[in-house]
Amino acid sequence: MAPETEVKNPALDINDEYKYGFSDPEKAVFKAEKGVNHDVVDQISQMKSEPEWMREFRHDALDVFESKPMPNWGNTGLLNDIDFDNIYYYLKPVEKQSTIWDEVPEDIKNTFDRLGIPEAERKFLAGVSAQYESEVVYHSMQEELEKQGVIFLDMDSGLREYEEIVKEYWATIIPPTDNKFAALNSAVWSGGSFVYIPKGVEVDIPLQAYFRINAQNMGQFERTLIIADEGSRVHYIEGCTAPTYAADSLHSAVVELVALPGSHLRYTTIQNWSKNVYNLVTKRAVAHENSTVEWVDGNLGSKLTMKFPCVYLVGEKAHGEILSIAFSNEGQHQDAGAKIYHAAPNTTSRITSKSISKGGGRASYRGMVKVYPDAIGSKVHVECDALLMDKESRSDTYPTMEIAEEQVQVEHEARVSKVGDEQLFYLMSRGLTEEEALVMVVNGFIEPFVKELPMEYAVELNRLIQLEMEGSVG
Amino acid sequence: MSDNSHPLFEVQNLKVAIDGNEILRGVDLTINEGEIHAIMGRNGSGKSTMAYVLMGHPHYEVLDGSVKYKGLDMLDLDTDERARLGMFLAFQYPMSIPGVTVAKFLHSALKAREESGEVAVREFRTNLNEAMNLLGVDSSFASRYVNDGFSGGEKKRLEILQMFMLEPDFCILDETDSGLDIDALKTVAEGVNAMRSEQRSMLLITHYQRVLNYVKPDVVHVMMDGKIVRTGGIELAETLEENGYEWIEQELFQNTEATGIGTAEA
Repeated sequence: MAPETEVKNPALDINDEYKYGFSDPEKAVFKAEKGVNHDVVDQISQMKSEPEWMREFRHDALDVFESKPMPNWGNTGLLNDIDFDNIYYYLKPVEKQSTIWDEVPEDIKNTFDRLGIPEAERKFLAGVSAQYESEVVYHSMQEELEKQGVIFLDMDSGLREYEEIVKEYWATIIPPTDNKFAALNSAVWSGGSFVYIPKGVEVDIPLQAYFRINAQNMGQFERTLIIADEGSRVHYIEGCTAPTYAADSLHSAVVELVALPGSHLRYTTIQNWSKNVYNLVTKRAVAHENSTVEWVDGNLGSKLTMKFPCVYLVGEKAHGEILSIAFSNEGQHQDAGAKIYHAAPNTTSRITSKSISKGGGRASYRGMVKVYPDAIGSKVHVECDALLMDKESRSDTYPTMEIAEEQVQVEHEARVSKVGDEQLFYLMSRGLTEEEALVMVVNGFIEPFVKELPMEYAVELNRLIQLEMEGSVG
Repeated sequence: MSDNSHPLFEVQNLKVAIDGNEILRGVDLTINEGEIHAIMGRNGSGKSTMAYVLMGHPHYEVLDGSVKYKGLDMLDLDTDERARLGMFLAFQYPMSIPGVTVAKFLHSALKAREESGEVAVREFRTNLNEAMNLLGVDSSFASRYVNDGFSGGEKKRLEILQMFMLEPDFCILDETDSGLDIDALKTVAEGVNAMRSEQRSMLLITHYQRVLNYVKPDVVHVMMDGKIVRTGGIELAETLEENGYEWIEQELFQNTEATGIGTAEA
């Protein structure tokens, strides 16, 4: 057991005048500090009783984080506002509960009300409680999965119970050197999911991290690793449409997917962080021969999101698909996109990106499609659609295509549309109010995304869009 | 038109501009319950402006005059309010709403009219299927996205399907006949005729006399340069078909010469 700690929730800091007053340094009690250094990393690893290789991995990653400069692309203005020294990098789960309901911002509470989120769930989403009553649902699901040999655990438990499998794939898809934020995650990661689907096993129901909520799956620096063994099939769902309040303003996850030959792996995310959060996530998949990887990615909240789900098509006839939406409202920048690398013959990919900007919000599509020499017969289809709700809002597209093979088929379509007066007039002439008309146009716009979601997520997402659209009529 | 008929729709001295250009220059029009009126005129005469303004399009500026429907002043109301009171405009160029199915669109439009905001799904589906049958529309129509990738004829049929489902008391059909082949025209005309009733009035705006072979109006108006310059029965449409619009222009010109003012009703 790790030494006792006195970790305080950052949300309490404001009124907390005796912040350091009661700590007695001579007692040698570890006290988590703001900021990250090798001591903090050591402490995290020790508290988790991790194997030596993981401890070393963290330390090496921290060196990488410290040596790498901040990205010089994207919204550098917002990025440079991040104060890495003013963040807690690890809080034990029990301490995470100490957010006080009264401190949860009013607008988040109101949204819970409007969405009809049950009380227990609200407290979890707001970080007030680490427990959630759907535990029962989770357990019955877990039994069913165990019969099939499926492993579905939080990452910390996964490392403890299945160290060999974790070690074989860990950071093979996203090494710490990939980018500054992946390095940071590698150094201080905690929580996330570990999933392994055995050969030939098809999991019928989506694995929902939402139900596995008693584990710490919604940490700041979660780490997820999913392995779909040969011929298996799985759909993993993370996040939820209800707003997720985090007092900590930096969220930086790493998600690695491995699709072994003939497997089918879909990863669905809906993220709706509170609007103070930086959401800087690295997501990448490797798709082997005849396998399919699909990222379905929805981003609504946060101050700045930078997220470019990626698929490396390394085996012949592998297929990659990235379907994303981003909704950017006042004060937000959704910098989202997709990356596909064709590194084997006859590989196919499809990128569909949709963004909505409103109230001065900004949405960017940043894409990379690379076809390596000898990836003959590959097919790429990219489609970017941006919808602007008003003159103040902004949409940018930064597509990059590097095609080093001639025998390929590449299609790219990009459209920017504005919600037109004529479209609204048409809908209003049928009796819809202006707001109802706007919601209808937006919901129609994201329909290709919504229809890929399980019913309950689709319904919630549509309601959420409706809430976001409120007050958009002058 | 009988003397004891009730006016459903009354336009008086309507003057309308867009971007500072006066398009309608004093239109008077009274439509009684159960009547079908046709407005004919050449391109640019102000016919479509008339349709948009009556439905409350925000780009037009009303300079003068009044529009009354069921005794209520329409010019104070927004487009959606007019619609919920029973006005309907079949568009010349219907807009597409990608991602929204015809069924969802119609269901939402019907719900918007209900105090409770609810319309039972089963009843709605039954009515929709009946209406689609009657108009000879394929049942796949319901699950297609509104006007998205529709042919010209399909768009016009969808307008009529909407009219059927929403059951408005006053329908404006803006060039619904344009761009249709003869079969599509017949279907659309049958739909319009099936909607005819003693309570319901319609205003057909058209460039050609052709549609009037299938839908017989009670009154025909001729619009020219932002005014109604002639009003008559079906024979007026027939004269226009044979002789074009020049003779009216000439008459108007002589009239102006004689009186110094361009009054419409000589």
